[in-house]
Amino acid sequence: MTNHWVDIKNADIILIMGGNAAEAHPCGFKWVTEAKAHRGAKLIVVDPRFTRSASVADVYAPIRTGTDIVFLGGVIRYLLEKDQIQHEYVRNYTDLSFIVREDFSFENGLFSGYNPEKRRYDKSSWDYERGEDGYVKTDPTLQHPRCVYQLMKQHYARYTPEMVERVCGTPQAKFLQICEMLASTAPANRVATILYALGWAQHSIGAQIIRTAAMMQLLLGNIGMPGGGINALRGHSNIQGLTDLGLMSNLLPGYLTLPNEAEQELPQYLAARTLKPLRPNQMSYWQNYPKFFVSLMKAWWGKAATAENNWAYDYLPKLDKPYDLLQVIELMAQGKMNGYICQGFNPLAAAPNKAKVLEGLAKLKYLVVMDPLATETSEFWRNAGESNPVDPSKIQTEVFRLPTTCFAEEDGSLVNSGRWLQWHWKGAEPPGEARSDIEIMAELFLRIRERYRREGGVFPDPILDLAWPYVNAARPTPEELAKEYSGKALVDLPDAKDPTKIVRRAGEQLAGFAELRDDGSTACGCWIFAGCWGPNGNLMARRDNSDPTGIGQTLGWAWAWPANRRILYNRASADLQGRPFDPQRKLIYWNGRAWTGADVPDFKADEPPDSGMGPFIMNPEGVARFFARAGMAEGPFPEHYEPFETPLGYNPLHPNTPAATSNPAARVFARDLADMGKVEEFPHVATTYRLTEHFHYWTKHVLLNNIVQPEQFVEIGEALAKELGITNGQQVKVSSKRGYIKAVALVTKRIRPLTIEGKTVHQVGIPIHWGFTGLTKPGFLANTLTPSVGDGNIQTPEFKSFLVKVEKA
Amino acid sequence: MALQSLDIKRRSATTSPTPSVREPSVGAVAKLIDVSKCIGCKACQTACMEWNDLRDEVGTNVGVYDNPADLTEHSWTVMRFAEYETPQGDLEWLIRKDGCMHCEDPGCLKACPSPGAIVQYANGIVDFHQEHCIGCGYCVTGCPFNVPRISKKDHKAYKCTLCSDRVAVGQEPACVKTCPTGAIEFGTKEVMTEHAQARIADLKSRGYANAGLYDPAGVGGTHVMYVLHHADQPTLYSGLPKDPQISPAVSLWKGVAKPLSMAAMALAALVGFFHYMRVGPAETSEEDERNAEKEVSHE
Repeated sequence: MTNHWVDIKNADIILIMGGNAAEAHPCGFKWVTEAKAHRGAKLIVVDPRFTRSASVADVYAPIRTGTDIVFLGGVIRYLLEKDQIQHEYVRNYTDLSFIVREDFSFENGLFSGYNPEKRRYDKSSWDYERGEDGYVKTDPTLQHPRCVYQLMKQHYARYTPEMVERVCGTPQAKFLQICEMLASTAPANRVATILYALGWAQHSIGAQIIRTAAMMQLLLGNIGMPGGGINALRGHSNIQGLTDLGLMSNLLPGYLTLPNEAEQELPQYLAARTLKPLRPNQMSYWQNYPKFFVSLMKAWWGKAATAENNWAYDYLPKLDKPYDLLQVIELMAQGKMNGYICQGFNPLAAAPNKAKVLEGLAKLKYLVVMDPLATETSEFWRNAGESNPVDPSKIQTEVFRLPTTCFAEEDGSLVNSGRWLQWHWKGAEPPGEARSDIEIMAELFLRIRERYRREGGVFPDPILDLAWPYVNAARPTPEELAKEYSGKALVDLPDAKDPTKIVRRAGEQLAGFAELRDDGSTACGCWIFAGCWGPNGNLMARRDNSDPTGIGQTLGWAWAWPANRRILYNRASADLQGRPFDPQRKLIYWNGRAWTGADVPDFKADEPPDSGMGPFIMNPEGVARFFARAGMAEGPFPEHYEPFETPLGYNPLHPNTPAATSNPAARVFARDLADMGKVEEFPHVATTYRLTEHFHYWTKHVLLNNIVQPEQFVEIGEALAKELGITNGQQVKVSSKRGYIKAVALVTKRIRPLTIEGKTVHQVGIPIHWGFTGLTKPGFLANTLTPSVGDGNIQTPEFKSFLVKVEKA
Repeated sequence: MALQSLDIKRRSATTSPTPSVREPSVGAVAKLIDVSKCIGCKACQTACMEWNDLRDEVGTNVGVYDNPADLTEHSWTVMRFAEYETPQGDLEWLIRKDGCMHCEDPGCLKACPSPGAIVQYANGIVDFHQEHCIGCGYCVTGCPFNVPRISKKDHKAYKCTLCSDRVAVGQEPACVKTCPTGAIEFGTKEVMTEHAQARIADLKSRGYANAGLYDPAGVGGTHVMYVLHHADQPTLYSGLPKDPQISPAVSLWKGVAKPLSMAAMALAALVGFFHYMRVGPAETSEEDERNAEKEVSHE
């Protein structure tokens, strides 16, 4: 979330799209209720199904799954055509006036630089034009034909209300009603927020859908505002924290990145990431990258990381390709992997195309499962009848189950969607032989290190040199780890202005990332967490919920990254004079000498508002980007591409360009492409999702959850049920190219057939949650059906849009 | 469950006048269920199970979100999901938390023949005292909302207690405490009615011209009330009765038939008494017994 849960109450318009907050986040949804009750906020829900969120919405509109870019692109067109944008905001805080290179183009659904063999773009033309001073050229009048404003207007001109209706199936009248409601937040004193989740992320164009939404919010001047932003509602209680600490296979903690194969030298690696300002007097905060990086290396390898050995740069792997989940399963299925350690993860249920995962797991020599529950993955070898028809005698994989504690059985911090690090305390002792993940990992490490010490190896240094400063080496405590992430001084740190003064003594915890240095004198395991355990102790454990300004900014409750800032880009909530755009919702303001207010300013504290420094300090432009430059795999402006399993077989925006049917820049493995179904054989559009009553595959182990939602079902619209002769409560079989499931048919009015390009398209809803372990009625893993293809940028699987065939069982 | 810390206002099958009770200074209580705020998450159902230590069976899915599919002796509240197409063609998903309405004039209590099995506290809560329940099921007939359920195990009647045990010590019912959206609120009936008016005004401003409060007069008003978007059509909400009344059979039983039958019973007893006084105890001769044995052995 750019903002946070409580802040939703400050919104005037709430758009829930690509998510179902009432269903999946019922507790956080209370803030929607608050906004409705106290601000008279209006709730809009756009979803393939009429959901629990829709049941309390003011306006609901249906949409065909996977066509959100057309819908949102249509909103962008509407706002630009009607000129309902926040002018002061977009002119000064975004790149609308920036001029783009002449060789940039977009034709027939493809941007300049496409290589169809590699399915990749040469992105060199996706850039701004530079002046002689090295800075980007701009045209503040926005008249230049190649300024971002003109290019964007031209790009989305095709996204007419007619096109939206044709592609999304959303009736024009509903679409225009929603456009009008969103446009009502263009004035500076009105704000809209967006709540989304996996309904946007889990598409082969997922990241671009989210980008389109962010662009819409920028046009309306809603980013940085209280009650605004673009807010990802995270699924697991600590998935935000895991992402922050480097969940993605190409990430290091704090969104630093691993080097790639071509980056063998540290200076080269740092230069590519130490971004210089693209406009005069911009902060370009990533200029500090070396400080964050060197402090990380000091935290990991301590004394072994020195200036002489480039801070142990050679110890880091250099990626030849991303090793994301889909890649790992592919390697497994190819028999190229010996072992797999599966920690807090149930890939047999959670990765796409269960049959492929099963095949991969069966080819491993060993599988280690660390989990509090007996997961399907740990029993993948068990024949569970039709839902897992394997022959255990043919599977040689040795499976080790290491029972772990669950979150309530250990101390630690959880990072919520709003980036709050909230410390929690153990509520109960773990049962049986369960041990915390930290203990298990520590012991594993100590044994591996011991073997390297005894027997040597090709390159044992990274293991042998790893800093392990914990009092009890076999049991590092959550407190020790938290302090390590937060960072400390390794030597006495002198004041930059007055070297006779010492700011921090050696060994003292640091107050924040501003104190990090690139000379090896500080250590910090995750720069964005710097200060969470500062000189004054554990700030994550704070529980002061006072809200002095009344807008929900409880700065004394826990600690938020970065720097306890609650609303990102909050400088953009104030105008060029430093006055809040909306005097009713004052966040931060310039008091004549410094920035102050209800939040920690996301800006240089003493920089006057009229100095020309832009509010988006992480961008080298200093402003927000409509034109993504080389940031995205598919192109600088989001364009609609069909799901890989499309009910149309072509892209209605580019019917004559087969290369532009589905995401041209997505990585697809040959085998997975062969496993894609066609509409002739699988005529129904399916989407998967979660239910309030359950949490993933965990709560089927809990009696209460099973009582309130006992048995697997699929949701089928009345029209389709009638067509297929299916009655409510009957057993049905749902097949895709990759397998089938059987479940109870829940026949509903809430899924209506859509007319897409003149033909009727039926959508089918498939809740996940069932499997072959647990107390619930046994069922089929829903990922039996899903296709193995990921988003072009981050490889999130396309769980939300694929083709199936429904029939009576 | 007998709960002695709340003053009892009325007892089932008890004709002796209730000793005057101390009225709660704040008046009667009420639970307000705002259907327009409810997202059907079933947290209230789960909280009810946890607080009252109830565990229903893991059932089956019968093609609806309602689970368990109906109220049972182990499920004192269930969510009922109704899909409604408005005359304008829009969809609504009307989700109602069903359970005991705690009528001011409780049909169950009136129908109950067992003294003290059903009581009404001074704060309005209607509670079942299972130790006095004879399992006759008259309360089921008496309830205009079809709420009480007879246990298959101990043959006694069960239903929502409005967490009388929590309310007695100044806490809100478990469902109220857990509701994440604030769709369920608890307080005095007066305050809840007032709060409902503000909610109704909000709903009217959002286009629900017939929004209103469900507090049916036919049962003397209820201590569980609903805010409905379509108060003119309560039956849309999975058959919430439009004008609930206590069954005529029960009214007859209480109003006319019960005194009459009491008189008949008294008469029968009186006749028996005089018969005994005049004829003496009814006795069987040895021959009668032999004949009876023969008949039995022939069968």
